[in-house]
Amino acid sequence: MAGKRLAKGGRIDHDRPLRFTFNGRAYSGLAGDTLASALLANGLRLTARSFKYHRPRGIVGAGVEEPSALVELTGADAAGNLQATTVPLTDGLEARSVNCWPSPAFDLGAVAQLAGRFIPAGFYYKTFKWPNWQLYAPAIRRAAGLAAAPRTPPAEGRYEARYGHCDLLIAGAGPAGLMAAQVAARAGLRVMIVDEGTEPGGALLSRRLQIAGAPALQWVEEAVAELAALPDVIHLQQATVWACREHNYLMATERAPERPGLMERSWRIRAGHVITATGAMERAIPFGNNDRPGVMLASAVQSYVNRYAVLPGRRAVIFANNNSAYAVAADLLAAGGQVVAIIDSRADVPEAARALVPQLTVRAGHVVISAHGARALRGVRIAPLAGGPEETLACDLLAVSGGWNPAVHLWSQSRSTLRYDEALAAFLPDRPAQAFSAAGAAAGAFALEDALRSGAEVAARIANVAVPEIPDAQDLPYAIAPHWRVEAARGKAFLDLQNDVTVDDVHLALREGYSDVELVKRYTTAGMGIDQGKTGNVNVIGTVALARGLEPGAVGTTTFRAPWTPVSFGAIAGMRDGQLALPWRHTPVTQWNLDRGAVMYEAGARWRRPGYFPRPGETMQEAVDRECRAVRFGVGVYDGSPLGKFELKGRCVGRFLDFLYSNIMSSLTPGNGRYGLMLSDDGLIMDDGVCFRLDAGRWMISTSTGHAEAIHSHMEEQLQMRCPGWNVLITPVTSQWTNATICGPQARAVMEALGTDIDLSPEAFPFMSLRDGHVAGLPARVVRVSFTGELSFEVNVAPRHMRELWDRVMEAGADFGILPVGSEASHVLRVEKGFLSLGHEVDGTVDAHDLGMGWVMSRKKDDYLGKRAVAIRRAGSHGGAGRRELVGVLPEPDCPIPEGAPLTPGGRREATEGFVTACVWSVVQERWVGLALLENGHARQGETAYVRLKGGAVIPVRVSAPCHYDPDGQRLRS
Amino acid sequence: MLLITCPFCGPRNESEFVYGGPVKPPRPDPATRDDAEWTEWLTHVPNPVGPVEEQWWHARGCGTWLTIWRDTRSHDIVGAPHDGG
Repeated sequence: MAGKRLAKGGRIDHDRPLRFTFNGRAYSGLAGDTLASALLANGLRLTARSFKYHRPRGIVGAGVEEPSALVELTGADAAGNLQATTVPLTDGLEARSVNCWPSPAFDLGAVAQLAGRFIPAGFYYKTFKWPNWQLYAPAIRRAAGLAAAPRTPPAEGRYEARYGHCDLLIAGAGPAGLMAAQVAARAGLRVMIVDEGTEPGGALLSRRLQIAGAPALQWVEEAVAELAALPDVIHLQQATVWACREHNYLMATERAPERPGLMERSWRIRAGHVITATGAMERAIPFGNNDRPGVMLASAVQSYVNRYAVLPGRRAVIFANNNSAYAVAADLLAAGGQVVAIIDSRADVPEAARALVPQLTVRAGHVVISAHGARALRGVRIAPLAGGPEETLACDLLAVSGGWNPAVHLWSQSRSTLRYDEALAAFLPDRPAQAFSAAGAAAGAFALEDALRSGAEVAARIANVAVPEIPDAQDLPYAIAPHWRVEAARGKAFLDLQNDVTVDDVHLALREGYSDVELVKRYTTAGMGIDQGKTGNVNVIGTVALARGLEPGAVGTTTFRAPWTPVSFGAIAGMRDGQLALPWRHTPVTQWNLDRGAVMYEAGARWRRPGYFPRPGETMQEAVDRECRAVRFGVGVYDGSPLGKFELKGRCVGRFLDFLYSNIMSSLTPGNGRYGLMLSDDGLIMDDGVCFRLDAGRWMISTSTGHAEAIHSHMEEQLQMRCPGWNVLITPVTSQWTNATICGPQARAVMEALGTDIDLSPEAFPFMSLRDGHVAGLPARVVRVSFTGELSFEVNVAPRHMRELWDRVMEAGADFGILPVGSEASHVLRVEKGFLSLGHEVDGTVDAHDLGMGWVMSRKKDDYLGKRAVAIRRAGSHGGAGRRELVGVLPEPDCPIPEGAPLTPGGRREATEGFVTACVWSVVQERWVGLALLENGHARQGETAYVRLKGGAVIPVRVSAPCHYDPDGQRLRS
Repeated sequence: MLLITCPFCGPRNESEFVYGGPVKPPRPDPATRDDAEWTEWLTHVPNPVGPVEEQWWHARGCGTWLTIWRDTRSHDIVGAPHDGG
């Protein structure tokens, strides 16, 4: 039992106990505690086992810098790999250690420790490289542990996202941030101040300082109250600015928004200017066994004493290379703690520092060589820096301060530069790359009054106002002599506790040639993981610098990337989940389809369409056959509404369409249409569809369902970027025209039964023409197109009339046995006809000639999109020899062939010469028929080709023309 | 998330736009180019380190195709270089 709770003081409520469990045992903490402070108050030391060596680990820090005390929450708050120092204690919290089984005190995985010296940096990559790393990675990663993702979803609730706009975003509500917010808000700027802590104040919460003669937290309270009263200020606590994107777009997550049912809120903030007032983090000093539970950051000790009223140890030793730890010693003494000595690596300790704790022994020019104790600290071995007699000091707490690193992460994410400051032994913000400024400790202004001034000055410059008077604030000036590592260290000296990276690992990386700091990071994994090396990274740089004889500034930092701290997936996704992320698109007939028990498919572009309409006891194949027979021998109807539709209007539309399509559209007369292909300028088939002329200056085109958006973009791009001044107006009308397409030999009879004022005779209303009029009393545009090969009437009406039309069609068609037809049947019908389908027969290699559609490539037009590219490509490939061409295939014996199955010469196992694009049961041929792309296929009709299936089975197929039914098109023209 | 200024709608988030690639030289008259020249025009897409002119479609806005100059090193949207690049 090392730590204990102080009787009074701190920012906790001594009268509100909270119960919690840790590794199954019950404990009690206080309101205001973090899990870490409550564990320390209960005398717990050993909280986790380490990642690679399963060494015992305790609590090191007091906030987001914590590298080792990782816990997993279970129950309603289930979450993995949280830092115990950032988990606010709640009543009933259930937590357990990660990386140890069955308990941190008795960890079977710790046997790995015995083999520890055989697991240097890069060990896994070197050892498990044959035949490949992927084979071993899963098992190794499982052994490496860390917590698993929760099996069940956490507590009920939702996440939401919100946009924020402000003139000035301030990250951090410590002294500098609050000062800056005050100055900017008073000047009338729209200010957002966002702080990750549970309450504002930053480092002031952990220290005993005064501002303007009163406790510093009183100043904080007044500043916060003033900001709250201003209309254009948004102040968020427990909210972390975790990423900076281009043009001052910042991501922040509010972890405890005050709204029932809301778990987290994600903010996307566009800020005119950003001030990073993110403070600074203390770094450790590497010495032997510096990971023993009981070795803590001095600032964390200070935080536990002052903020949480917890003494983390009974007998403390302090090991420092700078002034800040002297205030920690003073605070420990004031709280009734015992301090054995201050070990200071500096030969000369400033008098101002000594004066804070005149009663203490200061061992100037000394260092800690190693820590003692197995599962908890029992003492430290110290020696003069210059060498000399060693001695042991008994202690259960070692407070280490290796100096301070400004939190430059957000600053650096904006690509703003850093410089290394010799005097502060730290990387400081240098030149901003966006509208960014740094203030306070984040800018190297470590002493309180400097931090306040820095915040005020930066904000005054942004707001273009005078710098106000800065309140008095006494603080010890910062002075440091960097000490990157203890040369005489015995035992493992850890740089990165979370990833178990030691000084030796970095030296190994350097010896093996990974000399750049980015490579050192990747080879050793130093600075990765949940804490992202917040306590260790600069020591890695210092270690590299010492080994290579460089200044730390010449070594440089690794790249700072988002996120600053872990972000939950829920916060990123927000409400963009399921139907809210990708909503279905419906036609007015969707509900009718669902009521009839249709199996629904996505038809592209999120349109929901029926796949087929099974009757009770019917298989899918039986249902599809039935629907196909209706169309071939009677009549069927399908809902063609999702097809992309555009109306083009203007004097130059004909010319424009001639440029877009490979064939000529300008020669169409009103009421008539043509099938066409659109190519991209590099000769690939983008889309196919029909184009109708409505009148002299109006046209209507259709595109495939899934490509409507892409074709819209394409047409607008061509029009706006390449054809400026052309008189063309493009209007998407996909949702304005819905249709019922009646198809089959009895289609005309059904149309007559519906009643129409349009002359339906083939002479008056031939194939590929369009008539406006009325059908079933509804205003309608009827188009004679056919995607099934049968006589078809596509009856287009306004969406508000669609459901009525549909009901009337079903009524009128009942006498003729009309059936609704799903997309499965449509697929069969088009394959029987050899009609192409984008994505099946058309990929990025196929041109119109390959499809046997050379006629669609106009020779009359000098130019259209893709013409030249197709000509160049065909000239280059020996006049088209060896190209894969569209053919029909008839399996012999009669059997289905899986879509995509390869064709190989003689069915041998060698390079493919094509593949089967589709294969269906034909209700007219009463056998399986297919389509394929086959090398030189057009010349091979009548021959036998061979499908080779996975596993080696071979199916011979007779090569035929692509059209398996009614090759002259008698039926669709009837 | 770039902030792109649409000439009609003003500064808008990148998420409203669809990227349309770098701007190529104007499409030549195919009759005046041999195959090699045409292939060069077709396949050569500017990809400089530094400012590049590119086109964006304000798909979730007014539908305008617009061009901006973007510095590929910094994502800064910059003015058109005086000498045209």
